Amino acid sequence: MAEPQDPSSTGTDAGAAAAQTRQFISFRVGDDEFAIDIMAVREIKGWTETTILPNQQEYMLGVLNLRGTIVPIFDLRCRFGLGLTTATRSHVVIIVAIGGRILGLLVDAVSDILTVNAADIRPVPDVDQPVDSAFLAGIIAVGDSMVVLLSLENLFSHHGPADTAVAA
Amino acid sequence: MPTPTFGSDELAQFRKTFFEECTELLADLEERLGALAAFSGDIESLNAIFRAVHSVKAGAGAFGYSVLVGFAHRFEALLDRLRDGKADLDERTLAALVAAADVFSALIDLARQDETPADDFGADVAEELAALLDGDGPARPAARVASEAPEASAERIYRIVFRPNAELFRHANEPLYLIRELKTLGTLTVDCDLSRLPPFEALNVDDAYLSWTMTLQAECRPAAVAEVFEFVDDECELTIEEIAATPAVQAEAVAVTPAAPAPAARATPTPAPATAARTSGATAGKSAAMSSIRVDLARVDRLVNMVGELVIAQAMLAQQFVESHDREDSAGLQGFEHLAGLTRELQECVMAIRMQPLKSVFSRMPRLVRDVSHKTGKEVRLEMAGEQTEVDKTVIEELADPLTHMIRNAVDHGIEDTAARLAAGKPAEGVIRLSAQHAGSNILIHVEDDGAGLNRDRLLDKAIEKGIVPPGAKLSGEEIDELIFAPGFSTAAAVTDVSGRGVGMDVVRRNIMALGGRVQVVSTLGRGTRFTLVIPLTLAVLDGMVVAVGWEKYILPLTSIVESFRPDRGQIRSVPGGGEVASIRGEFVRLVHLARLFGVHEAVDDPSQGLVVLIELANGSKLGIVVDELIGQQQVVIKSLQDNHDPVPGISGATILGNGRVALIVDIEELTRLNDRSDRAARRADAPPRPLLVNA
Repeated sequence: MAEPQDPSSTGTDAGAAAAQTRQFISFRVGDDEFAIDIMAVREIKGWTETTILPNQQEYMLGVLNLRGTIVPIFDLRCRFGLGLTTATRSHVVIIVAIGGRILGLLVDAVSDILTVNAADIRPVPDVDQPVDSAFLAGIIAVGDSMVVLLSLENLFSHHGPADTAVAA
Repeated sequence: MPTPTFGSDELAQFRKTFFEECTELLADLEERLGALAAFSGDIESLNAIFRAVHSVKAGAGAFGYSVLVGFAHRFEALLDRLRDGKADLDERTLAALVAAADVFSALIDLARQDETPADDFGADVAEELAALLDGDGPARPAARVASEAPEASAERIYRIVFRPNAELFRHANEPLYLIRELKTLGTLTVDCDLSRLPPFEALNVDDAYLSWTMTLQAECRPAAVAEVFEFVDDECELTIEEIAATPAVQAEAVAVTPAAPAPAARATPTPAPATAARTSGATAGKSAAMSSIRVDLARVDRLVNMVGELVIAQAMLAQQFVESHDREDSAGLQGFEHLAGLTRELQECVMAIRMQPLKSVFSRMPRLVRDVSHKTGKEVRLEMAGEQTEVDKTVIEELADPLTHMIRNAVDHGIEDTAARLAAGKPAEGVIRLSAQHAGSNILIHVEDDGAGLNRDRLLDKAIEKGIVPPGAKLSGEEIDELIFAPGFSTAAAVTDVSGRGVGMDVVRRNIMALGGRVQVVSTLGRGTRFTLVIPLTLAVLDGMVVAVGWEKYILPLTSIVESFRPDRGQIRSVPGGGEVASIRGEFVRLVHLARLFGVHEAVDDPSQGLVVLIELANGSKLGIVVDELIGQQQVVIKSLQDNHDPVPGISGATILGNGRVALIVDIEELTRLNDRSDRAARRADAPPRPLLVNA
């Protein structure tokens, strides 16, 4: 299996190759649309009960058996500080590969596959607030709404801003 | 340098194989050197070393590592001299061989890294080799010649006609065994001549009718072939003739008919027949080695994983079947039982592929003992047993460091110096015993010395001095012995060249525990110390007890479980500072609640309503784990949690249960530490949520 392209580069090289297009999977968490690099996505499956890991962050929902691999599952809503998702069978887990690890993201629903011209990816304006924005990789306009691109690397990095983020 | 006819990929592959072989050959060489040191003059060991050096030399030549070839050549020359008995294997020579082996190994490493060694690299050793070679001048040319025409690698073809007499059978000899023996020498084609076989009615069971014409293609001398028939010589008609020698080296062929033009430059005179006789036995020994294939470890790992999946899938299927079918469907159930049996067997077979004898680790130890005892000026003998005990390859790799450390410790700290031994009425030579044996799904490794034993007074003083134990603490003898495993503890008065490099027994214990094993120490003052390592055979499966806590299920390692019981209320009391103690048969055991440690809801909180599983920790102390109930015992396939997540304190891994759910394997050694921490956290009023994803 080929290693996924580094999703963290999302947005940072915007404008480097104007003609280049990239693909993203967009999904819904609450009322907001987010997107991640399609190269990082391994599969999409329905929510099933997890085995709780002791003494973890609130947004760490436990682990699943994915055909013999133990995959940790994270609640994106909770990761953004919006409270725990009451997961039902209609919720969706996106299985992604980041930096050699496989993990699952619990989201409300998967929306679309977006093909975006690299030049159309805009940086997220700096907002002067304590919530860290390292995992926001860029913004794309889709129709009359905006989709926020996520940098998975920064969202679940082992060291770095993610750890100090939304825990409170 | 590289022959241009090969693609660079192919060449890289050849190189890789060459260095893999080098690693194996070096290991063998090391082992043989150790044997030489123990029983001087063992011709078989010399032969083996010679072969190892020679094989490396041949490969190195093909890849153009000229420095390596040059050194190997000199090394080989000395070895050959020794083999011929033209030089004595004395202390000086042995030391030179050991030094040469080190240089040799270093040169191979440099070649592996594509670095060119410095011009004078190993020059001192090379000079020593040369000096030894010059030792008795006149013999030198002969030795050189022999080394350039390494008879061991010459492949020959023999035709053997073997016609047993009836006599042979009457002496309870069996031609089949002889043919099998021949087969161990090389490639053998056998034609059986049935022409003399009479019709069945006329057959006399005591007579001999069969004869065989065989073609043997082997790297051995005629004498080795003749040796096979040594005991039946006069009970058969036997002709052995050499019909061809392969072109590589054609020295001393009887009736040479080269199949291809020989490289003339390498043609050499015939060595003395005496050499031939002595080497023949050795070559036979080499060919008799077990046949094996080289397989990429990643492939084996994949196979192991797949079979692990199969076991889980099979268990899931069986469970679903039982749930959804009538229990009366005995044919279906039987089918499942059969399948379960087959899967289990398949799993064992696959595990066996990864199993290797401990020899690869043990064989390094004689050298170590030799070195360390030299440095410390002690006389030490190493006795080893059970080198053939097999254990998972990953376990072996992890064992090398702890064992090296323990053996070094035993020589340096365990065994007293000669004067002290004599004064204590002991023989001057100290003995260290290293042994291994199977015990259920574990192996036991003992490291035992007959030295002074642990001096408990000194240990305690030292521990107090280092602040490991508060002054005035009352410790039992066993507890004092345990102090040697405490971090930062070393009783060596001075940091010596040998021990005391800041790595102590605590690291040994940590390494062993990381393998899911335990270390115990038993010591008698003045009589010696014995360390026992208990290590699981494999890291891939675990005998576990499945326990329920609330809605969750956890696996406890079965080997650590002593018993389980439901205590009366009177058997339990809480102690100040939070925590409970249970008394069982006069012993007091601290209780830990898995539910509280792991934050599981809806679990039984009152131990007298649930169950207490009594476990024994690596340091011998006991702990009671409070759970809701026992589900049953089960062999589980260990899955890593850390492949995709950071380590979770208190959890050593995970497995997949029959229903497809993940169950966590409890790290019982860490439980006590976890307990301490959560107790402390609970005492703080505004305890913040648990720290985040713990950094890997």
